[in-house]
Amino acid sequence: MISPKYHREIPQRYRLEAGKCKQCGTISFPPRLICPKCKSKNFETVQLSREGKILTFTIIRVGPDKFSKETPYVVAIIELNDGARLTAQVTDCDVNKVEIGTKVKLVFRKIQDEGKWGLHCYGYKAILI
Amino acid sequence: MIGIVGYGSYLPRYRIKSETIAKQWGMDSGAIKRGLMLYEKTVPAQDEDTITISVEAAKNALARAQIDPQKIGAVYIGSESHPYAVKPSATVLIDALGIGPHVHVASYEFACKAGTEAMYVAYSLVKAGEVEYALGIGADTSQGAPGDALEYSASAGGAAFIMGKEKVIAEILFTHSFTSDTPDFWRREHEYYPRHAGRFTGEPAYFKHITNAAKSLLEKSRMIPKDFQHAVFHMPNGKFPQEVGKKLGFSKEQMEVGWISPWMGNTYSGSSPTGLAAILDVAKPGDKIFMVSFGSGAGSDGFIFSVTDEIKYVQNLAPKLRDYLDDNKIYLDYGQYAKFRKKIIVNE
Repeated sequence: MISPKYHREIPQRYRLEAGKCKQCGTISFPPRLICPKCKSKNFETVQLSREGKILTFTIIRVGPDKFSKETPYVVAIIELNDGARLTAQVTDCDVNKVEIGTKVKLVFRKIQDEGKWGLHCYGYKAILI
Repeated sequence: MIGIVGYGSYLPRYRIKSETIAKQWGMDSGAIKRGLMLYEKTVPAQDEDTITISVEAAKNALARAQIDPQKIGAVYIGSESHPYAVKPSATVLIDALGIGPHVHVASYEFACKAGTEAMYVAYSLVKAGEVEYALGIGADTSQGAPGDALEYSASAGGAAFIMGKEKVIAEILFTHSFTSDTPDFWRREHEYYPRHAGRFTGEPAYFKHITNAAKSLLEKSRMIPKDFQHAVFHMPNGKFPQEVGKKLGFSKEQMEVGWISPWMGNTYSGSSPTGLAAILDVAKPGDKIFMVSFGSGAGSDGFIFSVTDEIKYVQNLAPKLRDYLDDNKIYLDYGQYAKFRKKIIVNE
């Protein structure tokens, strides 16, 4: 059962809420308790940009069970326009057309199902723009 | 003045052509194109459902309304493909868009008119002064059984409308609903695909309900078809809306912009709402819009809108329906389509 963990992560997965250090401005995503740069514990909640570019990526051709029907698919490290970096699946694309530097936009998609009886788990994925 | 203050639409990128489906079942695609006027339809990606479509459409509506999401006091999603049997789709949507938690939400179901139900209740709550803004959405990833006539039409997409009193882009002048117990189409609990009564879905269901709702709406408003720049009717296929519009006295030109089903299919609860979104994308201040939905079972909701000067400031703030309909299409073969729509039995 992944419900409690899934529920805790909703602000990040649904709304891209990050922690911005009030002392040095470093953005942490997901939010941290202590700033990795200046060790401050003083954060404000900010919403990340939904656009960015692919820094690097891999093509998954043999996926884990829950994703095996979606292969081949791309998982990329994306740098958003505000500098934050995150890992996301790149959806709705020809995997052979994805390149480093390609501009992407984050959209709201279903990430996985908890079998036939469990939760539908939602979050962000990237599409090429 | 009460009406729409922001609207948005969304369609998936994937498509399947009518001839691809017809080839699979040994049918004549020419008959489908001529008879039903259906050329291709949208198909949801494996990671899309009514909730994700509603979120993307509502995101576009918020971009146009330019309001604080916290001011939205009610959210209703109409669909016959809610991902959960028990858990309202809007619970996910409000958290995705920063609405609530002080908000009233509900899921509606009424075959293809659940979207206009959501719009009507959202409008009524604002009119009653219960909430400042209310969001009504129609979205579906509709089901058509393999080999059934519905397989050529059942598609995916949706539209969202924020109702309010300030900076209204389309005032709602009149509404009228017409409902009866007409068993033309249904889906029993736990059944995967709906059943329909074939040609019975035409005259006693679709045409009777739309015609009655439309005529009452015209009487109530003391308007005639010529008073409108645009008209949109529920689009179960390409043919029916053109026929019912003609019978009511509307011209092809009046129905042209909202008539998108030949290339989109029937997005069920999102059908006439996406047609309305396409109209609002190009509407001019002063335009009058006539809209009547239809949901099997059966009922119709009718609306008369009057477009205001505010429309020109919001049309370009989010993607338009034709952007989704005409651009970046990815065509599927029948095998890919069957996999996407989970029509293939696999071991878990």
